[in-house]
Amino acid sequence: MPAALEARHLIKTYPKVLAVDDVSFAVEEGICFGLLGPNGAGKTTTVEIIEGVTPASAGEVYYFGKPVGSSFREEAGIQFQNTALQDHITVLETLQMFQALYDRRADLERIIDECSLRELLNRDNRKLSGGQRQRLLLAVALVNKPRLVFLDEPTTGLDPQARRNFWDLVNRIRRDGTTIVLTTHYMDEAQILCDEIAIMDAGKIITQGSPTELLHRQYSNAIMELPLSDISGDLSTIKHRVLDTQGLVEIATDDVNASLQALRAQVTGLNRLRIRQPNLEDLFLDLTGHSLRA
Amino acid sequence: MIKRIYAIFRARNLEFLRDRGTLTWNIVLPVALMLGLSFIFSGDRPEYTVGVLQQAAEIDESVHPFLRTRYIEFVAVHDKAAGFRKIERHQLDLLVSFEAPPEYWINPDSSKGYFAELALLQTDTDGRIVKSPIEGDAVRYVDWVLPGILAMNMMFSCLFGVGYVVVRYRKNGFLKRLRATPLRAIEFVIAQVASRLILILVITIFVYAGTAWFLDTRMDGSYLALLVVALLGCITLISLGLLVAARVTSEELAGGLLNLATWPMMMLSGVWYSLESANEWVRQVANVFPLTHILNAARSIMLDGSTLAEVLPELLILASMSVVFLSIAASVFRWRSG
Repeated sequence: MPAALEARHLIKTYPKVLAVDDVSFAVEEGICFGLLGPNGAGKTTTVEIIEGVTPASAGEVYYFGKPVGSSFREEAGIQFQNTALQDHITVLETLQMFQALYDRRADLERIIDECSLRELLNRDNRKLSGGQRQRLLLAVALVNKPRLVFLDEPTTGLDPQARRNFWDLVNRIRRDGTTIVLTTHYMDEAQILCDEIAIMDAGKIITQGSPTELLHRQYSNAIMELPLSDISGDLSTIKHRVLDTQGLVEIATDDVNASLQALRAQVTGLNRLRIRQPNLEDLFLDLTGHSLRA
Repeated sequence: MIKRIYAIFRARNLEFLRDRGTLTWNIVLPVALMLGLSFIFSGDRPEYTVGVLQQAAEIDESVHPFLRTRYIEFVAVHDKAAGFRKIERHQLDLLVSFEAPPEYWINPDSSKGYFAELALLQTDTDGRIVKSPIEGDAVRYVDWVLPGILAMNMMFSCLFGVGYVVVRYRKNGFLKRLRATPLRAIEFVIAQVASRLILILVITIFVYAGTAWFLDTRMDGSYLALLVVALLGCITLISLGLLVAARVTSEELAGGLLNLATWPMMMLSGVWYSLESANEWVRQVANVFPLTHILNAARSIMLDGSTLAEVLPELLILASMSVVFLSIAASVFRWRSG
């Protein structure tokens, strides 16, 4: 069975900028694949090449084993990072207009309910809140009953409650068997939604796998976090990292007890000590040296 | 294909019709212009205009002392029938020919013709010039300028209404979103043309009907012929708007380019005044503009009673321009900015 989507050696160059540098990956049918990276990593450009809205400088894209063609446009649903909709048009008219552009059609009533748009059907697009607007854009991406959905940073700018509601929506779509390609710079979002992720930086994929697998591959330890102001002594004998912006010291350790012993003599107290498992943000930081939200 | 075109067409119509500010402006502006101009130009033309029947383009004052009379504008008339029609419509106060035998034509109902005749006879010392009367109702300035106002409003609505909107769609990413659907460029372009065409035609018919009723303007030809001219003219102007907007990504640049397209047409296509007495190069340049051909055809139908067959050359030029503009616009069309 061929992959739902396969990108082979994608390259995109702009004058003086190599935006996408030989990117290859495959997305199996029915999974949620996350493309992660900080702003400017090249993830949106990569996805737009696959979607066919940005031409590649080199490389090929395959959809269920065949080069992308008209069936791809018919069967793919896309939610761009920034999409304006027509003014003076209602939510229902927007959905009807987009649905009329496809031969494939989803049950609009079901999409309206799934995306919680029932109460908003007669509202002008201009009068939607950020979360309502994202739900509409997702609904627009679903009007053609897509086999593959692209979600490009869909929760950027949403409040925490709206983000969680949106995640529930995405999970429902995935349960229906729709393949999802999600780009995000929110690690919690990727950890909750994605079956597999690829982390991009400077136009390249630097690692790829399931979130759990990647963390196990990289870490066998725990991370101890302590406020910088609690450090009174010398930490030069302890391997650590100072996070100036957060006012924290991080110590990655395989032996929490031993590290606690060594730390005890160098701090004013351990009341504010936090021990946690490494997450995707730590992984990215370790792999690239960048903060993910840079 | 038709389904996709209709979807975009319908959405664009709804967007326009619900934008009350724009809709009101599109109706109020031409009516206000029309009323204002009819008030300002409610009298006759301020100068005397005398046609000189001759083959040469320039008037040679040495031919006859009358041609040296001050405060009279002398214009060369090459075609006798056209000169007669202008006398009939009071568009010329007098038509003279100094080739043997000298002769002049006058509309007995024209007050300005009467005074122009007095000036002519005063200079005709040997009394050989022969008088021939031609009768007909005057064409008021408001009758003459009405096609210009309507066509100018069409021009602005077509170019800015389409060009600006397409650039806005491109800039805010709406076109990029459409690009990700099966919609093709030609389908989008056709939908935009159809949407704007119907809206502008309805508005123009409404404004024309109101003006004609209010000012009792002249209509010597067929309304159907005039509708065909308006239809084809609209298509040409919308196509020009799409061509201007086919690749532009900035509203500022689009505004500049649209102004560059509209202002020369407004000044040189004969919206406000006749180009008959203008320099030859001005008339040649004016022929490049679609508005000139729309006005020539519309005035010919409204004021001279021409049939569609008689304005066919103008229609063919407009059709050719439409095909060229639309083809280029669809082939170079750009879906996204950046």
